[in-house]
Amino acid sequence: MGGFVLFALFAFCISHFDLRASAQHETASDIEDGGRVFRQSCANCHGPDGNEIPGIDLGRGIFKTAKSDEDLVRIIQKGVPGTPMPATNMSDEQAKRVVAYLRSTAATRASATAVGDVARGKALFEGKGGCLKCHRANGVGSRIGPDLTRIGQQRRSADLERSLIDPAAEVLPTGRFYRVVTKDGATVTGRLLNIDTYTVQMIDMQEQLRSFSKTNLKESGFIPSPMPSFKSTFNTQELADVVSYLVSLKGRPTP
Amino acid sequence: MTRRTGLFAIVAAIVAVASLQAQVTFERILHADREPQNWLSYSGTPLNQRYSPLTQINTANAKNLELQWIWQARSLEKFEATALVVDGVLYTVQAPNDVVALDAETGRPFWTTTYAPAPEARTCCGRVNRGLAILGDTLYMGTIDAHLVALDAKTGEILWNKEVASAKDRYSITMSPLVVKDKVIIGTAGGDGPIRGQIAAFDAKTGKELWRFYTIPGPGEPGNDTWSGNSWMTGGVGVWNAGAYDAETNLAFFGTGNPAPDWDGRSRLGDNLYSDSVVALDVDTGKLKWHYQFTPHDELDYDSTQVPVLADIQFRGKPRKVMLWANRNGLMYVLDRVSGEFLHGRAYVKVNWADGFDSKGRVQRVPGMVPSKAGTVIRPHVHGATNWAPPSFSPRTGLYYVAHFENSSTVAVEGEFPRANGINPRQTTMGQINLQNFLNNEDEAYGVVRAYDPSTLEPKWEYKMADITWAGVLSSAGDVVFSGGKEGYFLALDARTGALLWKAALGGQVNAGPMSYSVNGKQYVTIAAGNSLFAFALRGDAK
Repeated sequence: MGGFVLFALFAFCISHFDLRASAQHETASDIEDGGRVFRQSCANCHGPDGNEIPGIDLGRGIFKTAKSDEDLVRIIQKGVPGTPMPATNMSDEQAKRVVAYLRSTAATRASATAVGDVARGKALFEGKGGCLKCHRANGVGSRIGPDLTRIGQQRRSADLERSLIDPAAEVLPTGRFYRVVTKDGATVTGRLLNIDTYTVQMIDMQEQLRSFSKTNLKESGFIPSPMPSFKSTFNTQELADVVSYLVSLKGRPTP
Repeated sequence: MTRRTGLFAIVAAIVAVASLQAQVTFERILHADREPQNWLSYSGTPLNQRYSPLTQINTANAKNLELQWIWQARSLEKFEATALVVDGVLYTVQAPNDVVALDAETGRPFWTTTYAPAPEARTCCGRVNRGLAILGDTLYMGTIDAHLVALDAKTGEILWNKEVASAKDRYSITMSPLVVKDKVIIGTAGGDGPIRGQIAAFDAKTGKELWRFYTIPGPGEPGNDTWSGNSWMTGGVGVWNAGAYDAETNLAFFGTGNPAPDWDGRSRLGDNLYSDSVVALDVDTGKLKWHYQFTPHDELDYDSTQVPVLADIQFRGKPRKVMLWANRNGLMYVLDRVSGEFLHGRAYVKVNWADGFDSKGRVQRVPGMVPSKAGTVIRPHVHGATNWAPPSFSPRTGLYYVAHFENSSTVAVEGEFPRANGINPRQTTMGQINLQNFLNNEDEAYGVVRAYDPSTLEPKWEYKMADITWAGVLSSAGDVVFSGGKEGYFLALDARTGALLWKAALGGQVNAGPMSYSVNGKQYVTIAAGNSLFAFALRGDAK
């Protein structure tokens, strides 16, 4: 009898917690996590916007066979036999987060209505925009800002457009800037590479890898990104051109 | 500002920049001994002497060495890489092929670049990497899927990625590349399988292939007739360890691996050139200038992929430009590196398969000392007297330092595999050596660091270890020799006497060579053991 009660209680707990888990809505961090998994596992074929396979636009809810979130979870886990879409070892929870991320992207599509031109965008990137003063693409430009050689594989066009208009809206960990003042009065600023309780590592404005022991510093702290807004620099067409160019940056060709 | 102060400011600015991370020109690599704070190639300079001109750590104070930092690799593979240090930044490889840049003073990371080798990548003896090369602002790495990858040293960004040979055809790369002038030269491993080994040169800027040398000559080329039938097509002869470069002759030197199949030569009758050899290649053309074969028609897996050490010594009363070579086959050699002439050779451990050399330097075989159905006890062990770990030469002491081991093995041919003493009768245990059979006799098998007089190859001193060693050796101008062993000790020995000065228990096998550098006036010595890289320096107040 005692054993039965214990079993019943145990079974109740499982179903109870199961219900709670399935009833839970995805949080912002779930969506962010789903985005991370999407970029690592899906974007290589589907593209960061999810629209690089003909007939499929994951960010706009255009699928070949899936009718529901459950279908999407199943396809993510089991793949589509007879196509290049492979099975994955994602858990239910992980796959659901990817789906939540895809559902969330529809709300944040690029707002530019103009169709961009890659060649014009490259000319603006290297000329009027002066982007190479801080960024590097295909081995040309500065290393002060994040390297953009593969940015088209890593970021959605909506994110890129937002970074151009409002760079402070979202700064990735790889794009944070830091400033230190040493005890002998030298000020060094640069892009932060690593920080811990005792030390700071950065690439400074002269593209030197620098490491500081905090005991040798008078001051230290984050500073705003030097990335300016291009809202008034570029018109709508130019903005679309630059975004198109950035989306086209997908790594270097093999020699 | 006066003209003079203006000039001073400009000069000061130039000096300040120069003391930071300047471009690593080939001139700097060639003369790396002029900047002892740095370690610019696998064994220090292209001569591969693995000698540090730094003197802060010396025989009197080595007892005060103290751990400064540890960097733990997120990898369970053997840590075989020797780090590079360029102006305070340390670069190394997390096996198999992730590249990291660390602050050489604290071990804290600047960046990590992960590289995922193709799923078909196969290696014989661990998914390992022995280190990087650098030129300009670019790092170079060979990968286990047989690619050569160039990375931006400031950011880790991959600049180009070139397939050297096909991983599907069982080629891999584990060695550190050799940079010479504007070229990156690398060889292909995989020679325990049916490959045809290659050494290829690539344009350092673009990755364009410039030349390719096959370690097995093709039809119509000299040496092809040393392979019976079509065995040349799949005869192995991998290249999997660092090469050397001699600027005076413009020759690059590489050791080559065993012929395949390893332990059964019946399908590949003949000398099997250029297996188990050193090949001297013209760097501009890739043409063979000379070769010397250490073990013709090898059936004992005696790869000659040891690191060639180039030195200028007095030999029989005359100055000679030599190459020193403690071979896996148990014999030690002095070759003239200009002509390839055999100058001297002798056994440095117990050897029972060879009995001296003829007048031209060809090794004389002992009849019957080959794998047999019943099993033949062969000395040295199938893993050799030494294997791939880098040795050292000190221009101060004039001694050649080698970490090696005394051992034997029973080699029985059963198809292509030798019979092991362990639980699997079909395969030997590559990468691990089991001494259990000999634990009742400490003289039967042991590891040792020995110092040899390179003109006579007589040992001058030795430091014995209970277990064998796959560690490299570093010597320094402080007259300290650093090495270690499978037991996981890191050792500092007196370079002139072999006396133990200091030791540290690192808790994992030493499978790499030590190196040394300095930052802000402090000398460091690093060693990889287990899955971690350890950096030691003198205690703060120690002198």
